[in-house]
Amino acid sequence: MSMTKYLLGATAALALCAGAAAADPALIFDLGGKFDKSFNEAAFNGAERWAAETGGSYKELEMQSEAQREQALRRFAEAGANPIVMTGFAFGDVLNTVAPDYPDTKFAIIDMVVDQPNVRSVVFQEEQGSYLVGMMAAMASKTGVVGFVGGMDIPLIRKFECGYAQGAKAANPDVKVVYNMTGTTPAAWNDPVKGSELTKAQIAQGADVVFSAAGSTGLGILQTVADEDILGIGVDSNQNYMHPGNMLTSMVKRVDLSVYEAFMEGTDLETGVIVSGLADNGVGYALDEYNADLVTDEMKAAVDEAAAKIVAGEIVVHDYMTDNTCPVE
Amino acid sequence: MDYATLIEVLGSTLRLGTPLLLACLAGLYSERAGIFDIGLEGKMLMAAMASGAVAALTGSAWLGLGAGIVASLIFAMIHGLASITFRGNQLISGVALNFVASGATVLIAQTLFHQGGRTPPLSGDARFHGIALPGVEALSSVPWLGPFYAKVISGHSLLVYLALAAVPLTWWLLFRTRFGLRLRAVGENPESVDTAGVSVIRLRYTALVLTGVLCGIAGAYMATALQAGFGREMTAGRGYIALAALIFAKWRPWYALGATMLFGFLQAIALRPDVIEGTLHMKIPVPALDALPYILTVIVLAGFVGRAIPPRAGGQPYVKER
Repeated sequence: MSMTKYLLGATAALALCAGAAAADPALIFDLGGKFDKSFNEAAFNGAERWAAETGGSYKELEMQSEAQREQALRRFAEAGANPIVMTGFAFGDVLNTVAPDYPDTKFAIIDMVVDQPNVRSVVFQEEQGSYLVGMMAAMASKTGVVGFVGGMDIPLIRKFECGYAQGAKAANPDVKVVYNMTGTTPAAWNDPVKGSELTKAQIAQGADVVFSAAGSTGLGILQTVADEDILGIGVDSNQNYMHPGNMLTSMVKRVDLSVYEAFMEGTDLETGVIVSGLADNGVGYALDEYNADLVTDEMKAAVDEAAAKIVAGEIVVHDYMTDNTCPVE
Repeated sequence: MDYATLIEVLGSTLRLGTPLLLACLAGLYSERAGIFDIGLEGKMLMAAMASGAVAALTGSAWLGLGAGIVASLIFAMIHGLASITFRGNQLISGVALNFVASGATVLIAQTLFHQGGRTPPLSGDARFHGIALPGVEALSSVPWLGPFYAKVISGHSLLVYLALAAVPLTWWLLFRTRFGLRLRAVGENPESVDTAGVSVIRLRYTALVLTGVLCGIAGAYMATALQAGFGREMTAGRGYIALAALIFAKWRPWYALGATMLFGFLQAIALRPDVIEGTLHMKIPVPALDALPYILTVIVLAGFVGRAIPPRAGGQPYVKER
């Protein structure tokens, strides 16, 4: 029924516009949900910005389980959506098998590289942004212990952790970094209770700054940070507004821009791999009215200097995913 | 593991064990009355959503608690209607209610707040905060006992103490009152209760009311004390772990306290891989720890640790003889 509707709609649109870019783009959110106030919500904001500016409409779908991925991709492709943007590394394998079946449809995937002629892969140099917030954490910590709570234990999240640890050690070689991963399944992106308890455990180990890189689980982490009155660092979106006074900063990753740009290019989407980092403001730290009082001039100067050096290539932040090891503990 | 770490883990145990304890006692009442209730999970989820939503709208944690209990009661009564009045299959009714709760909670929360099936973050009076018990100051100088009292016994939310108080209360109600005797009898041999002129139907409904209230408190605790708001599937299988704990506890209230706190301890220790490694000098994968409650239950069911005998009339709808 709905398939027929889509097909009819697509046919009608094609007939009307006679070959012009008629198809609506589509956006698929990963587990963790559209309103995680972090990764997926950034993608949503990018799509909304596109819709507001162009007056266009787009299709969207939230993943509810692992099994839906392929079905969702095929449904959108067959309904004529173009381009189809998806968030999250977990779509990698599925997209690799689906993309060749729809050579006329353009796909974009964020956080994963898929080597197909009709796919754009957007990856970020998270280690660079994490390095900067790691420096800030070490400088803001009074106990000399900083914490990291990750979502699912995957190389991508290890990359955040490794960059963070490198930055913290660079600012203060004596700092101790404690880290935990919430779990080993995608459910780890959506377990605020566990995030909260992990944060309490890290506080018990002396941590007074905690970096949350865990999707919706982060809501529990940052809530506990506020309840226990320590400092937290948000991720992906600027999360400073969530708990003013307890948010040191956020490691922003411009997923919104990636989605916005992909939608803007529409069916003419250029394929290939895009690596986005500090140099093109794809990652960075957030400074706004909510955390202005917490970020000292000294801190800001040190971080900005490090950022400039990373862009210039004078500081090389090790990327965990290149060899699956981290030079610092 | 040093003493300070142990205290932290025990504090975490109590926080994580409380929803299990409440749900386990809830299951105890219904199963003792001969109604299997696999729907504990769904009731907790409904209660968590209702309490999170009402607390967010009114700013009162108490109204939230009330709403949670009402929501859970509604589900308990539907279960009663299906399995007592219409003599349906209790397991199927319970599973169905779990599925309904899983979808309905997200749908209602999304319709009300448009935040992806989540309720807005709660703060201030909309949450049950930790309360300091009297005497924390006075005992703080005492070694060992002082920090234990301050971190493990004191500082939890009111609902934690309510759950702990429910254990002796349940024991007294079940084993020292006439109502308790009849409730147990209706789960073992409903014919005898009927012969004595007591309504089986009414007793079983009463048991489900108690189940509903306790599940309601458990859900409200999740959304307004442990966390600040409801999130999709936030009970994360705790209803099933509580059922496992109920078998582990052999359907007895004091054992239920022990079983749920043991399972709570396993959950708490799973969060501290550093402690496990430091104590045992070996790495244990976290999923292995998460699976332990179920493994322990299977061991008990297999009869290695005494025998676990469920109430004899459990799962069978009562048909009055003519």
